[in-house]
This record gives sequence, structure tokens and C-alpha cells, in this order.
Amino acid sequence: MCGIAGLIHRGKSSKVGHELQGMLQALKHRGEDSTGYALYGDTEGKNFIMRVKVGENVGEGSSSIAEDVSVYDERKKIVESYLSEMGAKIVKEERILPYSLRYEVEYDKKDLLEFSQKIESIPGVEILSMGKSLEVIKDLGNAKMVCDRYNLDKVVGTHAIGHARMATESGVDIKSAHPFWGYPFSDVSVVHNGQLTNYWNNRRALENKGMRFMSECDSELIAVYIAEKMRDGASLEEGMKESLTGLDGVFTYFVATKDSLGMAKDTMAAKPLVLYESDDLVAMGSEEIAIRSILPQEIDTYDPFDGEVKVWQI
Amino acid sequence: MANLKTTEKKTKSQAMGMHTEVLTGRTQQKFFNPDEAENFYYFGTYDVDFNKRTDLDVKDMTAAEANKKIDSLMSEGYGTIVIKNPQGKHSLGVGILNKLNLIFEGSLGYFGMGSCDGPIVRINGRVGWSCAENLMAGKVVIEKNAGSCFGAAIRGGDLICKGSVGARTGIDMKGGTIIIGGDAGAFTGFMMQRGRIIILGDVGINLGDSMYDGTIFVGGEIGSYGSDAVDAELTKSDQDWLKRKLKVAEIGENFDVSKMKKIVAGKKLWNYDNLEPTEKKGAI
Repeated sequence: MCGIAGLIHRGKSSKVGHELQGMLQALKHRGEDSTGYALYGDTEGKNFIMRVKVGENVGEGSSSIAEDVSVYDERKKIVESYLSEMGAKIVKEERILPYSLRYEVEYDKKDLLEFSQKIESIPGVEILSMGKSLEVIKDLGNAKMVCDRYNLDKVVGTHAIGHARMATESGVDIKSAHPFWGYPFSDVSVVHNGQLTNYWNNRRALENKGMRFMSECDSELIAVYIAEKMRDGASLEEGMKESLTGLDGVFTYFVATKDSLGMAKDTMAAKPLVLYESDDLVAMGSEEIAIRSILPQEIDTYDPFDGEVKVWQI
Repeated sequence: MANLKTTEKKTKSQAMGMHTEVLTGRTQQKFFNPDEAENFYYFGTYDVDFNKRTDLDVKDMTAAEANKKIDSLMSEGYGTIVIKNPQGKHSLGVGILNKLNLIFEGSLGYFGMGSCDGPIVRINGRVGWSCAENLMAGKVVIEKNAGSCFGAAIRGGDLICKGSVGARTGIDMKGGTIIIGGDAGAFTGFMMQRGRIIILGDVGINLGDSMYDGTIFVGGEIGSYGSDAVDAELTKSDQDWLKRKLKVAEIGENFDVSKMKKIVAGKKLWNYDNLEPTEKKGAI
């Protein structure tokens, strides 16, 4: 089933980690195999923040194979040597969990494709996000569990999107969890609720154009699809509008960039979305109770119609 | 037994008696007889006094707790109940088979007022998906917007949304009336079998797709017609009915109903018989 939630503060920052945790926890009945956050934090915007995993969570319910922690250590060393090779200077490093790393790096090249390909050439290593304000944090369990595990409650920022996942068509693991980074674009992330029925056709076509897929989760296609459109010069909104005909199936999805948040709903309107919009805040989720978790007072909400695409700026 | 080998294709099923057999068993219908009214009752219904009024704050209750409390209040004779702080909770007010004046001071989540028969409900907020699903009788008025599958499979009563509604409004409805003050989404009236839908605003694509029967009235633009949905003549009697209905619904009283479009089933998709799929293969 899955649940998605997103919010954008316009003209101010807020504790988006705490707010999104509340929204996603309200949707936990829609799936708690894994939960993911894409948080757009207040940063100086000078250095890149790279969230990378060097292994999987192999805890209860995981479909991944257990590996020795020494394997993670070895991969971490290679990641750091590759960063050095590419001229990326590590400013700050955090190892939140044995398999989850966060690096703040000075890197002056704009094209992240070569950079990402190099890092991900290490078997078992995946960049979860790369950007100057975006951080993708995803792991097994419900929103509260993931929030506590990664200390997200105090993250301050302008906007965020998140996903509570019930795994149906791919594994219970971090690589299949949302949000997906819009590889190789800085600060682009996607969450999706629904099923895409032309996944393999689109995947083959995009791989032939040099795009990369890390999982077999159909939702990853949206991130890659939008990224490819943007690579070819389309704006976020244009790419999303094209997706209404390019993607087949039922879907409601959100895309976020460093300064905007967008939503798209398929032409069958088969997947739910409730939307609240005011001058200083837009909040949306699969169910109204997600919005109510941050706005308990009586408010006006509505369901976007079929085939609707909307984009908001911070 | 008919000799199927020597029977013409088109008459095989007739020869098998499949168009004339009398349906029995589960399909037998029993009709309401007013003379036996005292023998008809719903388990768990109560005599209530509409002048006996109370408030119920459900902020810290689960939906099940809130619904049990509503039932408990009805058992004490309360005929008017005001629900405070519903805060978008799912499944509030379901299964009320009583005459009751119920007011929600706020919005409901999914499946609000589902499977009800008789209450008069006013929701001073928005409702989520599948509001009033399977409504049998009564009146439900929503002051703001509604989600998808609004009034799915209702069999009777009036369901009124003063704002706009999502996709598949009135899907599979078998009676009653749905009135929308604003716009409606795609697949409105999908597979409807009876009843009427009135939309004062615009409506999305595939209006009335695969509808079997019933009528849809639209005041605004239509995105597209669904399979077998066709225009019909808007009669004087239709207009009189629309005026009455909109007045009672306290919505669009000054709306020019003469310009509304009337959509019905073309009935070209009908292919009813009582053949099982395996029998059908033999008959074709």
C-alpha cells in the first residue's frame, strides 16, 4: 500500500525532521517495512553532503544476507580512498551505523556522474543522496524507529518528503526503500505510492541512455525518468508532466529539489493524496491524518484531480 | 435434454432453458410488507429524542472507541450528537442504523459514515475516500471537499458535498442521490446501476464509464464520456426534479438547471444471461 508525505515551508525554516516523522508515523498502518526521509536542511551550501551505505540492515524482517562488519570497514576505506583520488576533500565524517555513513566533502566539479560511478563501482556501496542541502536517510522499520536511529528529530530545513513502505514487488532492504535520489543530479529526490507497469521497458530504454538503476523497485524508475528529462534540459515541472504519459500504471509521487517540491497524480487518480496549501506552508500526504499530525486545527484540504501536476518553491 | 449438436448456435442457450429458468435460492427476493412492519427491526437500534443533545470530544479516542460511544449515547436516548475534534480520523460514524442527528465539527478521514441507514449527518469539514459507502437511507452533507470514491455503492439517501470531490464518485451506486456543488474527478459514475448524480461544476474524464443504468446531470464541462455513456434529453420533469433536489440540498438554488447535460447508459454493453462461463462456452 505505502504512504507518502511531504511539506514545504515558504520563506522560513522549521524542524522538518520532527514534522515529517509525525506525518509518516501517522501513516505507519500503510506500511512499516521501511521508512525514508529526504530532508532539505539549512546548510551553508558550500560543501556536498553524501549519504552512503556500505551494507544493508540485516535485522529482523530484512531480506538481505548478513555480512561481517569487517566487510563494511573495508568498503569504507575504499570509499575514502576513491574520494581522495577524485579530489574530494572530506570535511566531516560520521558513521551513524556500521553500514551507514555521512560525509561532508569539498568537491568543485558540477558533474556528479563520474563521481557517483566511481564510488558505486565498489561492490555493496550505494550513494543514497548527494547534494548541498539534501540528505536521504532510509532504513527498515517505522518512522519513529528510523528517526530515533538517525537522530532526525532536530534537523532544521525548508522542505522534506518521506515514505512509509509496504514492500510488495521487491525486497525488504534499504536499497529498495524510498526516497530515491535523482542520480546523478544534486539535491533531487523522489517518493512514490503506486505501481508502474511499464517499468522494464522504460528501464531498458533508460539504461541504454546511460542511466543507472540500483534496485528492482519500480519507484526508482520515476527518479531516473525525471533525472533523464532534466539532463536533457527539461524543467522539473516539464519532466513531471511528461511522466503522466511516459509512465504507465497508477501513481502519486513527489519530487523535491533544493528549492522546490512537486507532486504528480496519474490520469486514473487511483492513488490517494490530500493536500493543504497556505501562503507559508504546503503539506500533503496519502491521508489527511498525516497533515493533522502537524496541523491539528481545522483546515481546508482537498484531493488533487487526475493528471494534476503542481510545483511549489521555497 | 435438447440435442445441442443439431441446434443452431444462436438458439443453443435457449434450447438449454437458460433464458427461461426460474431463479431460486439466494436470488429469491422478499419484499417489505407494511402490514408486517412490527416484524421488521434492526438489531441494536434505539428510540432517540432529537431534542436531547450532547457533545462528544473524540480527540483522544480511537475510531472504534468513538463509534461505541456514539452507540452508547443513542442507547441513552440522545438524538442529536455533536462530535468535536474528529481530526481526520478514519471510519468515524460507521454502521449507524438509527434515526439520528449527527454533526461533526471538523474533518473525517477514510470511510466516514460507511454502511449507515437513516441518520441525518452534517460534516463541517472535509471527508476522505469512500465517504458514506453503502449508505441505505438518510442524508449526509459535507460542507467542504471530499476524496475519491465518494458515495461508493450507495443504495439510497442523499449525499451532498458542497465542495469538489475526487475520482470515481458514485462508483457502483445502486440508488439514492449524490449532489456535488463543485467539480468531480475522473470516472464519476463508474459502473453505476441506479440512482442519480448531480454535478454543478466540471467533471473529469470517462464520465459514466460502463454505467448500467441511472442518470448523471452535469452543469459544467465534461472531460470525456466513458464507454456506453451517452447524452439524453433533459426533460421538463428532470428540470423540476433538479430544482427541488437542489433546494432541499441547500446548494445551487439559483443554478440554471435548464443548461445542464443529462447522461445515461447507452445500454450497448449489456450482455446479461444466467449462464455460467463454462456453460456459455458450450452454447457459443
